Amino acid sequence: MTPPDLPNPSRPSPPESTAESAAEPADFLPDESIAMARSFKLNLSWQAIFSIVMFAFMYLPILVLTVYSLNESPYSANWEGFTLEWYERLLQDRRVFFALRNSLTVASCAVLISAVLGTLMAVGLARYRFPGKKLFLGISYLPLIVPDIAMAVATLVFLAAVGFPLSLGTIIAAHVVFCLAYIAIVVSTRLADLDQNLEEAALDLGATPVQAFLQVLLPQLTPGIISGCLLAFVLSMDDFLIASFTAGAGATTLPMEIFSRIRTGVRPDINALSVILISASALLASVAEYLRYKNEAKPQ
Amino acid sequence: MAVSSPPPKSDLQSSEPRPLSRWVGPLVLLGPSGLWLLFLLVLPVLVIFELSLVPNIRPGDVVNPSSLANYWLTFNPINLNVIVRSVGLAVSTTLLCLALGFPVAYWIAILAPARHRNLLLLGFILPLWTSSLLRTYAWITILRPTGVLNSVLGSIGIPPLEILNTTTAVTIGMSYSFLPYMVLILYSSLEKLDTSLLEASADLGAAPLQTFWKITVPQSLPGIAAGSLLVFISSLGDFIDPELLGGASSMTAARLIYNQFLGQTQNWGFGSALSMILILAVSIAIALLLKYGDRDAHR
Repeated sequence: MTPPDLPNPSRPSPPESTAESAAEPADFLPDESIAMARSFKLNLSWQAIFSIVMFAFMYLPILVLTVYSLNESPYSANWEGFTLEWYERLLQDRRVFFALRNSLTVASCAVLISAVLGTLMAVGLARYRFPGKKLFLGISYLPLIVPDIAMAVATLVFLAAVGFPLSLGTIIAAHVVFCLAYIAIVVSTRLADLDQNLEEAALDLGATPVQAFLQVLLPQLTPGIISGCLLAFVLSMDDFLIASFTAGAGATTLPMEIFSRIRTGVRPDINALSVILISASALLASVAEYLRYKNEAKPQ
Repeated sequence: MAVSSPPPKSDLQSSEPRPLSRWVGPLVLLGPSGLWLLFLLVLPVLVIFELSLVPNIRPGDVVNPSSLANYWLTFNPINLNVIVRSVGLAVSTTLLCLALGFPVAYWIAILAPARHRNLLLLGFILPLWTSSLLRTYAWITILRPTGVLNSVLGSIGIPPLEILNTTTAVTIGMSYSFLPYMVLILYSSLEKLDTSLLEASADLGAAPLQTFWKITVPQSLPGIAAGSLLVFISSLGDFIDPELLGGASSMTAARLIYNQFLGQTQNWGFGSALSMILILAVSIAIALLLKYGDRDAHR
């Protein structure tokens, strides 16, 4: 992305990336103010205001759900008084807990399997060259781009064609396909930043390949694996389409339960459920982002 | 994309002597995931391709691939209408996300204080971590006839709007769902933009709008292309937003596919054909982007 032969009068040195200039605020600030003063003074105001409006747009639905979950009359848009009734009702709702347990089972199993398979795959793809490697790569990342509905249809038709009975297990098997892709991509990114000499040194010093993998490579990959797992966990908990196509009788997951309820209109207990789930995922997101931040900060 | 860059070649493979052990490593590392992908991704896609060639299949029928009837069914006026509507919705969502996302990404990447950039970006994409179903459900609460929007409009004397169960509601819902992806991709492109180019342009007397069209847009074109494609693909395959916000009037391709399997009008062959079309369309789009992006990088 280096610009072609254009004069660069304001800086003696070649252009720095923003990450570097972030580390040197003294160097950065005058630059920024010059740029602003020269051409962005007017733009700054409207872009900042517009961005604030868009931030509000992103959080508006979450705010609305939170307010409604505490509103005495959920069917009117007006505030009728504070209540915790919907939360109490939700806590007594057995079907929601049953669905939540199914979702947690599916997500944990799918993530555990994918963590192992995805890590091995990422290491394998980084280490070996073999015929058909590009095809393997393309197929393994296909779930990232193919719409869920097509993945769901394909899995259902295949399971029906081979006569495999649908159950909670088939949801797990289907979820592993996309969890694998997300974990592998996060681990690959981490792998690319690693110092390979460490593992080679271990091998030179007499470690077996398995020892070198478990004791040298794996500890370095752990932050990447964990943040990949968190991402995959959230996606698995969120999936409605693939689960509803591959679920057997009684294997209702939480998104399936929520879908069947909100289809019929606004439900006060779902407001309360939303707030609880959104808080939980915000917590998970913070952990994941913290890990990612540490992950990116470390290798340098 | 990270996928296209070849990983660094390790010296480890050359230090492994025996021909048999050369295959142990790859098999252990890639075998399990390869088998999983074979059985739950490759074979399923092949099976729906086979099924898409079988017209009017019913459970228990002998599968006898023979015709393209299911594909021709796509061109029946009703179904064609659905596909045109899906593409139209995806295009309008993409344009809306681009229009809304570009100023935000530009502000975070270039104008906002550098030390707050990561936090601002994180704050913008944080809602992605919450359930997409529940975020769409929140839009029902906002847009329904007696919802938040109309109660706010009513309080300032504007007559209520009928937005829920229209394609407008679907466009709003999908734009909301996919805007964070657009901002994320545009940000990573704009972040690399050399701001001294902008200064040079301003120094040489270009108006801000000229600088924008002649420098900012061309420099961030790969990001614009990748972000637009991602939003387009996601909108095209989206089921939840059209289903919950669109009502009966906005049948889309994804809903049509759903109905062929879990709805009243079951036709697995036609559903498979539609899925194949969707998979092919998406794969071609991605292949074009990768090719275009690669050429761009080597120039």
